[in-house]
Amino acid sequence: VTARDGAVIAGGEQAPGQPAPATPRPWTRDRAERLALGVLKWVTIAFFLVATLFPFYYMVLLSIRPIEELTLDPGSLTLDKATLDTYREVLAPVSERGQGFVQFLINSGIVAITSMLLALVVAVPGAYAISRLSFFGRRRVSALFLAIYLFPAIVLAIPLYVLFTRLGLRGSLGGLILVYISQTVAVAVYMLRNYFETVPESLEEAGLLDGLSRLGVIRRITLPLAAPSLMATGLFVFMIAWNEFLFALLFLVERRERWTVSLGISQLSGSIEVSKTVLMAGSVVITVPIVVLFFLSQRLLAEGLTAGGVKG
Amino acid sequence: LAVAGRRRDRPLTLAQRDARTGLALISPTLVIVLAIVVVPMAWTFLMAFQRLRLLNIRRSSLFGDYTLENFRLVLTSKDTWDSLITTLTYTIASTTLSILVGLIAALAVRRAFRGRTFVRAAMLLPYITPIVATTFVWRVLLDPNFGLVNDWGTGVLGWDQAVPFLSQASSQISLLGLEIQVPTALLTVIAFEVWRDFPFAYLFLLARLQAVPGELEEAARVDGATPLQSFRHVLLPQLMPVIAVLAVLRLIWTFNEFDNVYLLTGGGAGTEVVSIRVYELLISQRNVGAANAQALVLAVILLVLVGIYLRVFSRRGGAP
Repeated sequence: VTARDGAVIAGGEQAPGQPAPATPRPWTRDRAERLALGVLKWVTIAFFLVATLFPFYYMVLLSIRPIEELTLDPGSLTLDKATLDTYREVLAPVSERGQGFVQFLINSGIVAITSMLLALVVAVPGAYAISRLSFFGRRRVSALFLAIYLFPAIVLAIPLYVLFTRLGLRGSLGGLILVYISQTVAVAVYMLRNYFETVPESLEEAGLLDGLSRLGVIRRITLPLAAPSLMATGLFVFMIAWNEFLFALLFLVERRERWTVSLGISQLSGSIEVSKTVLMAGSVVITVPIVVLFFLSQRLLAEGLTAGGVKG
Repeated sequence: LAVAGRRRDRPLTLAQRDARTGLALISPTLVIVLAIVVVPMAWTFLMAFQRLRLLNIRRSSLFGDYTLENFRLVLTSKDTWDSLITTLTYTIASTTLSILVGLIAALAVRRAFRGRTFVRAAMLLPYITPIVATTFVWRVLLDPNFGLVNDWGTGVLGWDQAVPFLSQASSQISLLGLEIQVPTALLTVIAFEVWRDFPFAYLFLLARLQAVPGELEEAARVDGATPLQSFRHVLLPQLMPVIAVLAVLRLIWTFNEFDNVYLLTGGGAGTEVVSIRVYELLISQRNVGAANAQALVLAVILLVLVGIYLRVFSRRGGAP
């Protein structure tokens, strides 16, 4: 099959199969497709940019727009006058007629950072064991972790809700942290394992021969080499914990002083007393840390998520 | 005893020591996973067969008084079957569309151009930002009273009236003279799910596209393949294994989806997916037993679906 066999002759005067004249360049199917796809590509990119960025632009816009302007002209994309009162209201504590988001930010920060650190402490040795050491049941353990990664959260939510109610852990940040660790440790092990496998085994063996113990090898050789992966995995856990909603809703909803940022927005968005622009300011406040972290570590994260999942 | 003693004195081989270290290193992970995931899972199973209310949950015992009452309640309720159909529609539509949209996105940014790094990062935003914030923006955008979409729709596009995207179960639209019944809210939550989760498919497909050797497409071009033919016969076969994995993952995750739908519609207007029904049974009706039974039904159906999918796929993969 050659290009000419599939040629589409644009003018229609020439019968298919006849040799095309050398000049001007003939309209082949190949050329038409290349041209169309070249244009289509930019249209697609523009479409995706608008679709993904517009909601965030609108979020920032509304957060600094006075509420009267929104009700008067909901379709406007520009700003006559900006206000920062929305941010003041959303951040100030309830006692000062605010919504108390500073407290929610602290709660979310505690939960996300502790979950991240503890998940790493647990997952690093686990991932190393799975990637390097052959022990009894190694295969079954990694299959188990994979199964957990895919297990429905809502099914798990009920027994944990009941268990934490009985233990009196419901309503505490500690209980939530425990759940987040268990939810993320499987993915963390999976991500770290893929990185550890890229550390040359010969380096570790050299360390062993030089008299290091296994733990010494992990500490002095593997971890320094896999440092970027530790960061990527940690960030991933942080983001999951920061964004999580279902368990926070189940465990903390009754105690406002313990709410996380996600819970704050969702609970207050149901009430008519809090204006939409104030909650938009809240949405900006909870989104910014994630976006900043993401742009700082974009490459790390993208590679971390797909490492090993896709092989050539 | 002496023999055993001497044995213990003999230094362990490296393999033996490694096996012990391995077990020691994996045990923290294992303990957490067993305590917070596996044991509760087993407990779900027990509770599904017990009469349990939130009120008496502190005093109830783990064992005994088993009954099938919860399953009778769940399986004979019309709501269960309605929500199952909703869940299936939602899952299949969102999974298919999010992979398709992700594929288009990956193909568009495949080759280098100015600003590609920015475009690539921007396309991941819906996936990484807090779900509560994105659903809130969508709700405000789609609001019938002060939402931008309805303002432009009625003002610029000439809609007769504002569309309550998130609170209307179904509406008539006329298309080419045909009156079609459309599940408005369900379509909206599907659209949101596609918007939010296409970056996941995009990320994996882009990584795979990048790994396809350039010679493959060059060879196809030399042989006279047009870009579309080259995509169909060269790239797509390379992508199929990734698409298959993505389909399973997205199928599982979307089937269990709670956050998106709960935050957008609260499960109203014909969008009550199964996980929202589980939540309703637990929190609103305070019926722990029935909630567990419903959750088990959900898990079983999911297992069957994934089983069927894997079967069909592996058979197709096995054919020459």
